[in-house]
Amino acid sequence: MSTFFLTIGLGLCVLVFCVLYRVVFGPGVFNRIAALSAIGTKTLIILLIMGFIYGRVEMFVDISMVYALLNFIGVLAAAKFLGIETEL
Amino acid sequence: MMSGAIILSAIFMLGGTFFFITATVGILRFPDFFTRLHATGKGDTLAVLLCLIGLAIYEGFSLTALKIVFIAVFMALAQPTATHAISRAALRGGVQPWMKGEKENDSGI
Repeated sequence: MSTFFLTIGLGLCVLVFCVLYRVVFGPGVFNRIAALSAIGTKTLIILLIMGFIYGRVEMFVDISMVYALLNFIGVLAAAKFLGIETEL
Repeated sequence: MMSGAIILSAIFMLGGTFFFITATVGILRFPDFFTRLHATGKGDTLAVLLCLIGLAIYEGFSLTALKIVFIAVFMALAQPTATHAISRAALRGGVQPWMKGEKENDSGI
């Protein structure tokens, strides 16, 4: 089962590098924010899989929970900032 | 050796990885911002839910599994909210939606 988790985690790492193309070359700031949100979602699963591989899930699940909260708050703050700034 | 719960968890995680792949193809290939957000908003939400349910099934009946289920409930609420907020900010900020028949309208802002 550890090999299975390692395979899934490496596949998600490859997907993160694919989405990183949209962050670097994506036209405009909204494309970059949406791609960063997708990268954060994949990183949450990668953190939990790392916890299962190392055998210390009870520590990694707290890190993953904080990562989910910070990702959500970051996207909301960016949306609020950009919406207000362009309405003026 | 392989019990039923492990096989069920593996099926859930493979389904989640499949939907992650489709969301990545969508965000790389679609023509403008709103269609990309359509792909990544729904695909990532479903993929995260499937992966977290698979990991909770593999963990078994414990406090850690309860925390993983809490992360799943939170992501099911938070991911559509974030997608809606960033989509409304983009529409107010002047990003033009892509119409049928146009060339690739990839201006951003």
